[in-house]
Amino acid sequence: MGTREPLLRPTPAGLWCEPGGFYVDPWQPVERAVLTHAHADHARPGSAAYLATAPSLPILRRRLGPDARLESIAYGEVRRIGDVDVSLHPAGHVLGSAQLRIAHQGEVWVVSGDYKRAPDPTCAAFEPVPCDTFVTEATFGLPIYRWEPPERTAAEILAWWDTTRAAGRPAVLFAYALGKAQRILAELARLTDREVYLHGAIAPIVDIYREAGVAMLPTRLVADAPAGHRFAGDLVLATPGSQGSPWMKRFPGAETALASGWMRVRGTRRRHSVDRGFVLSDHADWPALLDTVAASGAERILVTHGSTEPLVRWLCERGLDARTLPTAWEGEGDVIVETPTAGAPG
Amino acid sequence: MRRFADLYEAIDQTTSTNRKVEAMVAWFRAADPADAAWALWFLTGNRIKRLVPTRELRSAAVAASGYPEWMLAESYAAVGDLAETLALLVDSLADDEGDLPLHVWMARVVTLPTLDAAEREAALRRWWAALPRRERYVFNKLLTGAFRVGVSHTLVVRALAEVAGVPAATLAHRLMGSWAPTAEAWRGLLGEEQGTEDLSRPYPFFLASPLEGEPASLGDPAAWLAEWKWDGIRAQVIRREGTIAVWSRGEELVTDRFPEVATAAARLPSGTVLDGELMAWRGEAPLPFADLQTRIGRKKLDKRVLDAVPVALVAFDVLEADGVDLRERPLSERRARLAEIVAPLAPAVRLSEEVRAPDWEGLATHRQGARELGVEGLLLKRRDSAYGVGRPRGPWWKWKVAPLTMDGVLVYAQAGHGKRAGLYTDYTFAVWQDGALLPVAKAYSGLTNVEIEELDRWIRRHTVEKFGPVRSLEPVHVFEIAFEGIAPSPRHKSGVAVRFPRILRWRRDKAAADADTLASLQALLRVQA
Repeated sequence: MGTREPLLRPTPAGLWCEPGGFYVDPWQPVERAVLTHAHADHARPGSAAYLATAPSLPILRRRLGPDARLESIAYGEVRRIGDVDVSLHPAGHVLGSAQLRIAHQGEVWVVSGDYKRAPDPTCAAFEPVPCDTFVTEATFGLPIYRWEPPERTAAEILAWWDTTRAAGRPAVLFAYALGKAQRILAELARLTDREVYLHGAIAPIVDIYREAGVAMLPTRLVADAPAGHRFAGDLVLATPGSQGSPWMKRFPGAETALASGWMRVRGTRRRHSVDRGFVLSDHADWPALLDTVAASGAERILVTHGSTEPLVRWLCERGLDARTLPTAWEGEGDVIVETPTAGAPG
Repeated sequence: MRRFADLYEAIDQTTSTNRKVEAMVAWFRAADPADAAWALWFLTGNRIKRLVPTRELRSAAVAASGYPEWMLAESYAAVGDLAETLALLVDSLADDEGDLPLHVWMARVVTLPTLDAAEREAALRRWWAALPRRERYVFNKLLTGAFRVGVSHTLVVRALAEVAGVPAATLAHRLMGSWAPTAEAWRGLLGEEQGTEDLSRPYPFFLASPLEGEPASLGDPAAWLAEWKWDGIRAQVIRREGTIAVWSRGEELVTDRFPEVATAAARLPSGTVLDGELMAWRGEAPLPFADLQTRIGRKKLDKRVLDAVPVALVAFDVLEADGVDLRERPLSERRARLAEIVAPLAPAVRLSEEVRAPDWEGLATHRQGARELGVEGLLLKRRDSAYGVGRPRGPWWKWKVAPLTMDGVLVYAQAGHGKRAGLYTDYTFAVWQDGALLPVAKAYSGLTNVEIEELDRWIRRHTVEKFGPVRSLEPVHVFEIAFEGIAPSPRHKSGVAVRFPRILRWRRDKAAADADTLASLQALLRVQA
């Protein structure tokens, strides 16, 4: 097998599948793109045609614009593209997220995209897909990253909200507009029925999740609050980019928090200048990365983004053929300002 | 340990200083005095030195976690704090022996230096296993001694003053000097037991604020006393009854390090406290700070060292005379008293002279010449000012001479610590010599958060080589570096060492070829000499 041409090659435009004639989550406009999910670093505008999962379509439509040529397939459905068989399988990352399986002349590659193994009521659970070559992310590719069960983190968030309610202060929780915010609303819906206020960039994605049948807490736009409302005791979900912006002036005396896997490390939380950090990630933690690599049965592991070098070294020391595959994907970018998304109103 | 972890968390989980103080007040009010003493001891920046060598701590963590040393190093680079890294890597084995109070843990911890290495490792692993992750982290902080939780000394004093029901200045004074973390000391601090005043106890230092605008805004120059801002080690010298003590501003007792000053202090009348700057000094002129540094570095102070770098206290204030606290008296009166006291003590103690000029322009001219005199600028003190506590703006200003600058090329980067964990924020800069770049300065501060993030992304994508945690970089970006002084240094490949380097700005308008040369730095060296 070492003599075979690789099914995927890194190029300036993205990961290129020669026998299929398409790119995977390209970072430059191309003729044909297959997308694993709708986050901005994976789904970039400007390509001539896109293929993605059916549940991700409404979000992609919103992010890529009304004129984008989008085509969808169901999870597990096999589609012939060029000389390869392509199918998309649940990755457990966000609504509609997928791993891409590519089969060509008896050889199978799987590109994980971004994925997690922890339970998430907002999307289909990750399914291990056996393959020869597994292309994995490594956003949290260090053993310091281990997640508590999400229901415990949800309980911590609720306890924090209760404390700020008792103190008569607003509680502003920063979370990604796509995925994290909806997951928090769904996790909290198991514990309370109180209404949550939303930042304008989060609300449209919440609507899409509701239409997809995800049960979440009742929500209301911050902009729709009565005049003079001071949000005392309210929980407000906001994008990370709104931290420190004039928009925050609406919440006098607010306590702030950020929900992210990076909050596992105290220094990162302090750098973001939030009162609380809740460790909640839509990516695999260290044990989940190792489990998933093992479950793939792959003899070759290509690591795309995140803490690639420690994971590669760890796998090599255990006798696997592991190496780095450079991409422009960012995973759960440790960003102070979130990458702006197409068409997201402030 | 659980209650102490609660305190840590309560302080750590808010960015509001008022809420931090509230959390400390509530905690100290409810705490057992023996625990309170230890907590305060750590919060005020004390540490137990040499409890366990870092190397042993790391190898114990490798053994307990099953991860190799390189993984610990990678993790440490991402976390930026050894205590936290170890707490995250060593999984709790939940060998729960029940929660024990802080002072009981400390009674165990202080025995560590008496054990041999194998026993120490066994003890660490046993204790890690007994502590849940949150407590294990705080416990590791006590071991490594880097116990910082985002509260300043001032905030701790504020909280404690509230608990004790005394003014903050009184409490700040009680906290000065060395004290043992015992229940008895705690009661003494709270004022329950008086009369055991420590004869060696210094006063809180009064500090000057940087003057950013023009001094004309300060009004009539006749109301101000100007003196040189000496570049040495700020210190208080105390003589009370048979006690002689020299305290640095870091509240370290340094009496033994400066025998010539201690000997002179023995001739002070009992009940005297002087404030001044310890300087390397020969004849009528100061020696460079670098000389003082070499002297501090010496383990043994034999005659040869003392002759090579003599030290003097340049005294600029008297805080206590004849056993009377003079701090509320006006500066002009204290200065007159000071002149009388130090006159007989030359050369080991000398008076910091007043710099005289008829107007602000005259003083500005003096300030221009500061660097040639080996001083950092001028201090401006209101003649009627009391000797206060801390660094309030108004009575005392430091009017420093503008820093020296150079344009250096970014050549190495390393991940930072604390808030900057996992970000490449520790930079090394180089200048040109014979077509090669020679590292001359390391700097950590001066960029905005946005610039830091941008540079971090660039660094990751333009690394030439990795040497452990250090990355060598493509020589592209030029930064203007400010520094306070430059000295010859055989320890550096460039042959020069700069003091207090920091980044002034990112020179995006300059290419690497436009950076400074070693020759231009050597020219600065000649100006200073």
